[in-house]
Parts: sequence; C-alpha cells; structure tokens
Amino acid sequence: MQLSAFMRNNFFTEIMATITYIEAISKGLWEEMERDSSVFLIGEDIGVFGGAFKVTKGFLKHFGEERVIDTVLAETAIIGAATGAAVVGMRPVAEIQFSDFVTTAFSQLVNNTASIHYRWHLSCPMVVRLPSGAGIHGGPFHSRNPEAWFFHQPGFKIVAPSTPYDAKGLIKAAIRDNNPVLYFEHKRLYRHIKGEVPETEYLIEIGKGDIKREGNDISVITYGSMVHMALEAAEVLRSEHGVSVEVVDLRSLMPLDTELIFSSVRKTGKVLVAHEDNITGGIGGEISALISQHCFEYLDAPIQRLGSLDTPTPYSPPLEEFFLPNTKKVVAALIELAKY
Amino acid sequence: MAKDQKRKNNLLTDEQYLQLYYFMKLTREYEESILKLYRQGKIVGGAYTGNGNEATAVGSVFALEKHDYLFPMHRDMGSHLVKGQSLRNLMLQHLGRGNSLSKGRDGTGHYADPLLRIYGNISHLGAMIPMAAGTALASKLRKEKSVSLTFIGDGGSNVGDVHESLAMASVMKLPLILIIENNQFAYSTPVQKQKAMEKYSDRAQGYGIPGFTIDGTDIDAVYSTCKEAVDRARRGEGPTLIESVTMRMHGHSAHDGAEYVPKQLLEEWKKKDPVERIEKKLLSENILSHTQKEEIGKKVMAELEDAIQFAIESPYPPAEDAALGVYAE
Ligand SMILES: Cc1ncc(C[n+]2csc(CCOP(=O)(O)OP(=O)(O)O)c2C)c(N)n1
Ligand SMILES: [Mg+2]
Repeated sequence: MQLSAFMRNNFFTEIMATITYIEAISKGLWEEMERDSSVFLIGEDIGVFGGAFKVTKGFLKHFGEERVIDTVLAETAIIGAATGAAVVGMRPVAEIQFSDFVTTAFSQLVNNTASIHYRWHLSCPMVVRLPSGAGIHGGPFHSRNPEAWFFHQPGFKIVAPSTPYDAKGLIKAAIRDNNPVLYFEHKRLYRHIKGEVPETEYLIEIGKGDIKREGNDISVITYGSMVHMALEAAEVLRSEHGVSVEVVDLRSLMPLDTELIFSSVRKTGKVLVAHEDNITGGIGGEISALISQHCFEYLDAPIQRLGSLDTPTPYSPPLEEFFLPNTKKVVAALIELAKY
Repeated sequence: MAKDQKRKNNLLTDEQYLQLYYFMKLTREYEESILKLYRQGKIVGGAYTGNGNEATAVGSVFALEKHDYLFPMHRDMGSHLVKGQSLRNLMLQHLGRGNSLSKGRDGTGHYADPLLRIYGNISHLGAMIPMAAGTALASKLRKEKSVSLTFIGDGGSNVGDVHESLAMASVMKLPLILIIENNQFAYSTPVQKQKAMEKYSDRAQGYGIPGFTIDGTDIDAVYSTCKEAVDRARRGEGPTLIESVTMRMHGHSAHDGAEYVPKQLLEEWKKKDPVERIEKKLLSENILSHTQKEEIGKKVMAELEDAIQFAIESPYPPAEDAALGVYAE
C-alpha cells in the first residue's frame, strides 16, 4: 500500500502537493543534494540548460558548477568518472541524455561499475538517470527501454517508477543506496502524469513493489509506462466484462519483489506480464519463469506476456503504434486470460 | 567567357560555381521548408537544420566522385543533394512515408542508398566514423580507389569512437576524410567546454595525419581543402582531419529556442552567411546575373514544391510492416 493511502486510511491529515512525474524527480534530487554534500550531478547539458528535459532546471544556480557539472560529450567518460568518484566516497548522479546513449558507456557500466563490489569489496554508490521509452516518435535511437541488458548483468539495482510518488521516493532511495542504481524514468510520463506527493520526507525501499489496483481474477505484473495502460485496461475489464484485475507495479526490477508477485498470482491464478520493452529476452521472461517455478499449482491459465515487437523501434507513426503495446492490447490479452 | 573555363584566381569553372550556388540555395530552402512543415505538425519527430553549414556540407561532397562513400551527419542535408539524392526521397524520409528509402522505419537523413553510396547516420554521435573507416578499408582491399567522407560535431568529436577510428585509419592509411564541424555549440554546451586545445585540427598530430582548420562558410576554402584531402586519400596516403569552423545559426532542433547562445555571436556570424557569401562572390564576378539568380530561386522553390506535394500525398507504410525486415532473406 502506498503511504498516501495509509495516511488517508488512518485519518492523518498529511499535506500533499499535486506535482508531475518530472517535478517529483527534480524535487527528490534537490532534497538529496541539500541533505548530503557528497551528492553531485554530472552529464551533458544539465547545468546552464537544465537538461534536455529540464529535470535539473535551476540546479546550477543554487548548487553551483562544482555540483552540477556540464561535461564534454562523452558518455564513457561520464559513467567512468561517476564510478571513480563513487568508489572514493562521493555520491554522483549521472544523467544520460536519452537512455539510448547509455550504450556508448556500456563497457564502463557492465565491466567496471557493476562488478566493483564483488571484486574490490568497495561500495559504488552512484545513480545513473536514464530517460527512456517510446511513443514520442523518436525512432530507433531515442526510444529504447534498455533495462533488460542491465538486468542480466549482476551488480546493478534497477528501478522504474510509474508515478510522481514513486519517482520521488525512489530517486532519494537510489541516491542513498550503496550500490550503482539505474533509474529509468519514462519520457512520456514526465509531463503527462501527475499525482499526490507528501510535503514531508519519505523514501521508497528499493526492491518493494506496489499494488496499484486490487483485484481477484487476473494479475497484471508490470512497471513504468505500462502501469497506466494496465490501470486503464483494468477499468475496462471491470466495467465491460465484470472481471476484477489486480495491477502489480514492480517499481524495482532488481531486486524483484517476488513475494508481492507470488502473493498476487496465488490469489488470482492468472497472470499477464507486461512491459514496453520488446518481449524476447525482456524482464518479463524472468518473471514468468519465477512464477511458473513458484506458483505452478496456483495457475489456472498459461502465463501471458505483452511487450513491443521484437524489432528496433520504428519511426513512422503507424509502425510505431503497431510496434508498441497499448491499453487496447492489454485489454485484449486480459479478455483472453479471463476465458480460462 | 565560356562557362566551363576557370577564371583567373578561381578554383572552379563558372558552371561549377553555379552548381555549388544552386545546391547551397536548395539546402537552405529545403531546411526552411522542413521547419515550416514542423510548425504545421507534419513532421512527427524532431527537425534539425544546418543553417550556417551549407558551404561545408555542399563544398566537401563536391570534391567527391560518384563511387566515393558518404556518411552524412544531421546538419549535412546539402551533402545528400550533391551526392545525387533526390528531394523527393529526402522529403519522404522526413515525413516517415512508406515509400521512403527506410520505408518509414527511420526518419530524416537516417537511410542508406547504396547506389549513391550514401550511408545515413544513426543518432549516436561518433558511431558512423568506424563504419566510414570500414568502407574505406573495403575500398583499399578491393583496390577501388574510393574514399570515405564523414563528419562529426565539435561535441560529438569527444566520443571514444572518433579516437578509435582515427587510430585505426591512420595506422592502416585508410582513405578516410573526417570533417569536424565546429559550429560553436553542442546542444547547449559551448565549444569552450568541449576542448582545451586551440583547434580541433591539432588533434591530427596525435595520429600523425594532416589536419587543417578552415572557415567553413567559405566555399572555396571548403572545396579546396577537401579536394586536397580526397586526392591524398585516393593516392593511398591515408586520412585527413579537417576542422570546419562555422556557426549553428538555429537552435539545436526546431523545439530549441537557444536562449543560451549570445545574440552578438549570431550577429557576427550572420555577416558570414555562407549562402550570401557565395551569392555575393558570383554576382560580383559576373558569374551569376540577377536574372539567373531569380531563375535559380524559382527552380529551387518549384522543385521543393514538387517534393513536398509528392511526399505529403504518399501514404504511410502499412502498420503490420513494423514486424518485417529484421533479417535478410
Ligand atoms: C553518443 C551520443 N550522446 C548524446 C547524444 C544526444 N545529442 C544529440 S546531438 C547533441 C549535440 C551534438 O553537438 P555537436 O556534436 O557539436 O553537433 P551539432 O549538433 O552542433 O552539429 C547531443 C548531446 C547523441 N546523439 N549521441
Ligand atoms: Mg556543434
């Protein structure tokens, strides 16, 4: 249960502000920078310009050039420098302008960053912010959801919030974590999604999912942008088909909240695993395997998966629409599951 | 005097200068029309222009032969045109149509046209230079005498791929020409924050290859330097690094107001507008008459009109095509 719901149920009057997803990320970063002087930001166009998406607008003026660092255009250097600084006790937050460009720093991340604690017994407390996702006509190189590559590489914690509340709580937790945390923020959610966020401080534990809608008949296990499609689809299933759908928002991809996943599946007996990333080799495959291994006797239907096509992200609007999952596709998959 | 003769003190014939002028004008107007289409909501992704870069994009490729390889970047629309690409094909790309060279799978200059030996960029800066070295390598292995020409920005020049490919190309003496388009900014970041040395061409020394810094708004400087580099590459003497100094006269892309660019800088560079420069030169040397100037202007607009009309009337690809084509037969 979310803190906000907890507060309401317990008759506390918590002061809440309604903010956008992008504002939530900014606020979280700001608070952590105020709190801990070892936190600094490093990336391309993040200072004077405030970032390509304006997440760090106003930060340079307040925190100064030494903590809001505009770098040369070189992702390997950004990630490598963040890793080096983290190893000696700083808490860098690196921004990759579009998550697509993290590939340029792939070697640093998967070879150096991810394995430092295992090899050196040193912590590497850094965050990499990765604006990701399609649906903005960005074509093959501005639309990626590259989380699965890093999911496969032991050593990272990975989060992918879907709401302002989660976005803020998770960026703060990510900064305080003693491991490299990859923070996937969905570009399409930035200004489209608003939500209530408490004025007082809170953190969200990495590794804990959240039930975004309770239901009894089918579980949708998902994260990021698809949480919103799942919620819309759940409403369609209720009103038009009388089917009760539970929406499990993973929030953290590494570690996965297997307890929450399993308890939901044991309750409903039917599962749709959905993500915007393409299906083959996606995180949904691992989740499906875990469910079939641990909840086999509870399942009333084969586990279903939904994701993008196994192709690069196409540019032309009809192609991109066909390529991506959407609410209609979630509804169709849920109707199929309901038939079992 | 005959059009196919060079005047004293001129590098090229009158006819050639008129061609250069036409291509630069066409590039300018093409990109203006892209901006217009963007504002009308007809371009679905971003819209980039190379305003200020026309002499570099056009003059460099003018030094190439048909069988040479071209790897353009996002501000080099003119290079596509000089290499023989049709306006219709470019417009189809920009509008994501099904009959575009990428079949709608990617936009802008992101396509390949093997017949024209044009290989469009991916967005990842620096990523095309190793490939350009690869076509140069193939040319060398097959004794084709084709050279490869590519570009990178002042910002993109810092990506590791650039160093790796220059290291390889210089050691292997590959026929590669790399133009660093120093247009003073990389998105919002001024060039002073991208380099600590004086000139980008200073980097050539580190590879033991020739490096030049030129005024990238001066068509003669661009053409002659590139021609020398191309000839050198063709002779088997290896790569050349050319820094072309220009100004990005527009925002990073159509959505960017570029408030971070000092007005004064724009005003200074406005005086060196490459299209105006060549126009002035040709008019003052009587290579171009005022009537011709108008005719070329009209021709350019008519050709653009045709391409826009053709592209807008062309259909999007069928949605299901998205699933096809990942693998070759
Ligand atoms: C590897 C990589 N990192 C980041 C980006 C995002 N990006 C696109 S263009 C750009 C600025 C490029 O500046 P420059 O190389 O000087 O070329 P210009 O646009 O000025 O011609 C940035 C940061 C990218 N495309 N590729
Ligand atoms: Mg530049």
